[in-house]
Amino acid sequence: MAKTRRPPRIGDAPVFRNTMIAVVLALVALIIVAPLAVIGYEAFSRGIAYFGKTIANSDTRHAILMTAMTALIAVPINTAFGVAAAWAITKFDFPGRRLLLIVIEIPFSVSPIVAGVAYLFVYGLQGLFGEALQSADVKILFALPGIVLASMFVTAPFVARELIPLMQAQGRDLEEAATSLGASGWRTFFFVTLPNIKWALLYGVILCNSRVMGEFGAVSVVSGNIRGQTNTLPLHIELLYHDYNAVGAFAAASILAALAVVTLIAKVALERRGAGRVRRPSLAGTAPSISETTP
Amino acid sequence: MKIRLDTVVKTFDTFRAVHGVSLDIESGELVALLGPSGSGKTTILRMVAGLEFPDGGAIYFGDENATDIEVRHRGVGFVFQHYALFPHMTVGENIAFGMKVSKTRRSATEISGRVEHLLRLVQLEGLQDRFPAQISGGQRQRVALARALAVDPKVLLLDEPFGALDANVRRDLRRWLRKIHDELGITTLFVTHDQAEALDLADRVVILDKGKIVQTGTPEEVCRAPASAFVMNFLGDANRLKVTVSGEKAQIQNVTFDAPDIADGPAELYFRPADVTWREGGHGIQATIARVIDRPDSRRVLALTVDGQSIEFDAAPEFPFRAGAHGYVDIRRPRVYPV
Repeated sequence: MAKTRRPPRIGDAPVFRNTMIAVVLALVALIIVAPLAVIGYEAFSRGIAYFGKTIANSDTRHAILMTAMTALIAVPINTAFGVAAAWAITKFDFPGRRLLLIVIEIPFSVSPIVAGVAYLFVYGLQGLFGEALQSADVKILFALPGIVLASMFVTAPFVARELIPLMQAQGRDLEEAATSLGASGWRTFFFVTLPNIKWALLYGVILCNSRVMGEFGAVSVVSGNIRGQTNTLPLHIELLYHDYNAVGAFAAASILAALAVVTLIAKVALERRGAGRVRRPSLAGTAPSISETTP
Repeated sequence: MKIRLDTVVKTFDTFRAVHGVSLDIESGELVALLGPSGSGKTTILRMVAGLEFPDGGAIYFGDENATDIEVRHRGVGFVFQHYALFPHMTVGENIAFGMKVSKTRRSATEISGRVEHLLRLVQLEGLQDRFPAQISGGQRQRVALARALAVDPKVLLLDEPFGALDANVRRDLRRWLRKIHDELGITTLFVTHDQAEALDLADRVVILDKGKIVQTGTPEEVCRAPASAFVMNFLGDANRLKVTVSGEKAQIQNVTFDAPDIADGPAELYFRPADVTWREGGHGIQATIARVIDRPDSRRVLALTVDGQSIEFDAAPEFPFRAGAHGYVDIRRPRVYPV
């Protein structure tokens, strides 16, 4: 670019620009990068062998397994729920549609611990279904089902929220066209709807997954924190920390962080693919392409 | 396939309601549903397609009552206003979609042969590997038509088929659609708010207002004998003058017009701007010229009658413009409607 002597646009003065960039970089380093770097450093501070030993600890292994199990159950269910909710809200008119839209968003604004306590009151011994559940010998609280339920509550909006704006923008024309050409509901969904929402859907699933794995508040209330039985990875980290086992806590935390990084890489990769969709963009200028709607 | 609508009723919370519409469409006919927005024309089309279901009345395809047949079994080809092409499929895949999901199994070679045939029919050979976003609006519209025709529909339904296109493309596609219709002979119903489009294309025009049919007829019939002041106004520019009727004669100033079957009392006289002759002297409605608007092939003159009612008429480009000039307006083909 040729250097021209024209006055800078508003907010474009060199001093302002450089200060702004420096402040943001410093804050990112201080708030985000440094703590994560400390986790990695502390986890390996007594050498790789010790790290391996900590991870191999049966309680830690169990916690990892527990977290993986929770994600394996909660994420598919919430994905199905999210798709169904987005489909219902955007493709059908029914009374209570707007209310449903608001209700789906509640877990975003409610503190997870409130969800945990609420589940305690519903399924706990003194709770609403407590006696019935106990007489039927069904254990929900302080067991995997409770953890899964609490995680599902917290992550219920993730998939639906990614899909609803996109499906709203796409309207019902494509589905109507497919049906008028003789396609059944399933075929319409798999061949017409799904290909047009798949990137947003995957993005929602990834967000949902990382939140399920990292959820602490709601799960800590309903799981009972039983070491080696109902401890998920985030809860286990806290336990290790309270045991003054800092290296163990950091090692476990580094695993959780590694999971998050994998998720992040998957997300970036997906966004790349999404951007690659420019060659296969959306409707005749009526609907925005997916790469525009994913944040 | 003959289509019959029998007192079809549809109510919405919004304005798009349909109030008891009955209509016969002969096999092979090309019919336009013409009306302003909110007149219920698209709702009627969607009910014929099975995308909406009427609250009352019935829709027959031939002798079969099709009212409750759902859209995927109704055998209609529907062309959406914004085409609704599947953005993730190529032009060829779009056209083949209906054949692939159909219950009648076709081999891959049969499908690709038919796709090629349809692409030739809509003059888009060689574009089958493009995506909808890579072709122009007019081409998308033709792909949408080919896709609808691919399933051998009994009826072809088009919602504002040329609404999203610019004027030149629109005129060409209009003539081209007429040609396709004449070749295939398929019963076709299309919705438009553009009178020129309806008159240009259709065998018969159905004019709708507020969810009711106000007139049905050939383009000639509706143009020469508009059934109401609404039709007169909707089909083109019209002048309106207040008149008084007594004994089937409408009077304004000293001029009288025939007003058959109009009750005595105040009424309205309508005429087209092209049906006016301006005279400097003699007989006619007295008026004063106020302004002139120039157009490529004529001049549009704005005049005021003595009692302040405005008249617009077309004159030759040579018409001399003198603001304030007095003269007499002579009207051909006047039509009198009750108020």
